Amino acid sequence: MNTSVRTGVWVVGLLGTLVAVTLASATIGPVTISAGSVADIALAALFGGATDAPASHRTIVMSIRLPRIVLGAVVGFALAAAGTVMQGFFRNPMADPSIVGVSAGAATGAVATIVAPVSIPVALPIAAFAGALIAAFGVYVLASEGGRTPVGTLLLAGIAVQTFLGAVVSFLLVSAGRDLREAIYWLMGHLQHSTWTEATVAAAVVVPGFLGLLAYARDLNVLLLGEEDAHSLGIEVERTKRLLLAVASLLTAASVAVAGVIGFVGLVVPHIMRLLVGPDHRILLPTSALAGASFLVATDTVARAGTAELPVGIVTAAVGAPFFLYLLRNREVRTP
Amino acid sequence: MTPAIDVDGVSITLGGETVLDSVSTSVDDGTLVGVVGPNGAGKTTLLRTINGALAPDGGSVRVVGRDVAELGSREASRLVATVPQSTASAFDFPVRRIVEMGRTPHVGRFGTRTVADRRAVDEAMERAAVDRLADRPVTEVSGGERQRVFLARALAQDTPVLLLDEPTSDLDVNHQIRTLDLVADLVDEGRTVVAAIHDLDLAARYCDELRLLYDGRIRASGPPESVLTDTTVEAAFGARATVTTHPVTGAASVTAFGDDAAVTAAGRVHVVGGGSAATPLLHRLDAAGFATSVGAVSADSADADTARSIDADLVTVPPYAPVDDETTAAVTERLCRADAVVVADVTVAPGNRPILDAALDADAPLVVVDGRPIETRNVAGAPGRRLDARLRDRGIVVEDDPDAVVAAVRRVVHAGSGDADSRAAETDPRP
Repeated sequence: MNTSVRTGVWVVGLLGTLVAVTLASATIGPVTISAGSVADIALAALFGGATDAPASHRTIVMSIRLPRIVLGAVVGFALAAAGTVMQGFFRNPMADPSIVGVSAGAATGAVATIVAPVSIPVALPIAAFAGALIAAFGVYVLASEGGRTPVGTLLLAGIAVQTFLGAVVSFLLVSAGRDLREAIYWLMGHLQHSTWTEATVAAAVVVPGFLGLLAYARDLNVLLLGEEDAHSLGIEVERTKRLLLAVASLLTAASVAVAGVIGFVGLVVPHIMRLLVGPDHRILLPTSALAGASFLVATDTVARAGTAELPVGIVTAAVGAPFFLYLLRNREVRTP
Repeated sequence: MTPAIDVDGVSITLGGETVLDSVSTSVDDGTLVGVVGPNGAGKTTLLRTINGALAPDGGSVRVVGRDVAELGSREASRLVATVPQSTASAFDFPVRRIVEMGRTPHVGRFGTRTVADRRAVDEAMERAAVDRLADRPVTEVSGGERQRVFLARALAQDTPVLLLDEPTSDLDVNHQIRTLDLVADLVDEGRTVVAAIHDLDLAARYCDELRLLYDGRIRASGPPESVLTDTTVEAAFGARATVTTHPVTGAASVTAFGDDAAVTAAGRVHVVGGGSAATPLLHRLDAAGFATSVGAVSADSADADTARSIDADLVTVPPYAPVDDETTAAVTERLCRADAVVVADVTVAPGNRPILDAALDADAPLVVVDGRPIETRNVAGAPGRRLDARLRDRGIVVEDDPDAVVAAVRRVVHAGSGDADSRAAETDPRP
């Protein structure tokens, strides 16, 4: 089957899955609302028109559950897309969206804001976003020499900076006092109290960024053969690397800023999709992103379904790691 | 006409090491040029400079008249295609997808592949004989097949210049020949090919010209037979070698003997030859690392030619002339310096008896080659027969086999240097 047809079939299938997961998730919670009325409420809100659902249900769906679900979908989409790009870019199976220090930078910014004596509204996501981009840019500058950025150096510089920022975060936590609980909660990743504003802002960064990455899917394929080969096939290697790194980091930074550090989505989902659709980024990138969206919405539903709400980062890791190990043992997860 | 490739004074330093030291060379349109040289000589570096992967620290590279440094990689990739040496791939792309990547320079970012693209891919796979592998993951084909997949990719790239880095290194004999025949066809169609090849015989057989690269410079350049000589091969590879003409292909053929000169610490051997009696022996002695002197032989004999080709210390007499006193003195002088003397199965004639007498009187151990029977090569009557008998008496008689002779020479030279060995043993700190 031709690549674009295959891509189309997969994308339609995964979009259907995402809609189904969204509907299912919106029915679950302290108040059970039927899937039919969730669809009714959502369609009414989207296209106008009347609904006979009770006003309380409308508020629960439109102001509490759907913003959270949409934000979860956007974050999962972004993390899986960024993870796919980083794994291909680094030609390393352990690469994740935060490999160049994005999460560590965001954590530093966020925790610093939380433990700061004065509290400024909306400072936290802005500080986290800024911290993420500063860390990634710092790693890039540290790893570059003479206009070239060797991937191996980038990887090591990323680890060094992450370790250093980890020390900074630990220090801030030690001196956090009564803010400690809030800081830990942020670090574990969460989608609580999501608003439409957060979802819209995140989507405004993630969607164009993703389209940019998709335009470079073919270049990413060629880069998989090695930089030398990519050059001889006409890819401007350093420029392409810079662009992919910047956009993937931007997607990750936007996610982390609104949802904290959610691990494993960006590492495991690309591996699973690579098993299913193969290494070609023209199909791998969109399918990974959509699968990541469904995965995060589903795990977040689990996180909030119990009596006490869990940080979603705990659920993604607790569900993702065993599943990944199962794949590793049974189906041979390949090095990207 | 502008040459297809013009490398002008290119220097490359990698990690503080000068890999190429102002290398200049040019490659004519529609020729196949082989780059030969020892491992680490800079062959791959030279190719990487031509395709623009490396920017030279000095000098310039022009391809089809255009300065590679000023071309973007996309433009450069429409002029030069490269088949890399290492084609290991961790990604299970189907073979066809890899070959399609060769069309990258011709397809825009948002463009789709055209019928022409598809045809180029089909044709490339067919020519490189990988069409039956099209749907197999590239990780699951053999190393040799993978090498041909990457050759197909380069063909699909459809460039006037093709660079091949060890294109036959992973191939069996049959596929080596098929691949190089294909390359030769491409050259006939007008493409220019530069190939780094470590197999000197294949390089000599297929290439129009060779460039011998070592120590960062091109040391020899031209048709294979002029580039590959005993001297150049020895200097470049540090291996004793003999270059002959291959009996079947007619191309230069290199036989290397390894650098055992250093190991055996050899010694000086004087060979009494004449005609062609000593020729095979001289090659082997030279290859084994012995410094040879030869004489006296007729100036136009095969032995004299051989001696010249291995740079032996040669004493000659004019053709058909008897040995005079001066020549005898010259030979005696060499006999005195020699660690061993080898007498080949030469014709014994009144003209060369003084030489054989001198060999008999020499202090060095004597090795006598038991070749043609004396009756068939004695024209000096009874004194000739007596002389032969005395030589056999005094020396070690060895069958007429160069390897046996070299072994005998090694033995006697080694025995003679026993003192030196035991002295060395005493100073050896090991128990």
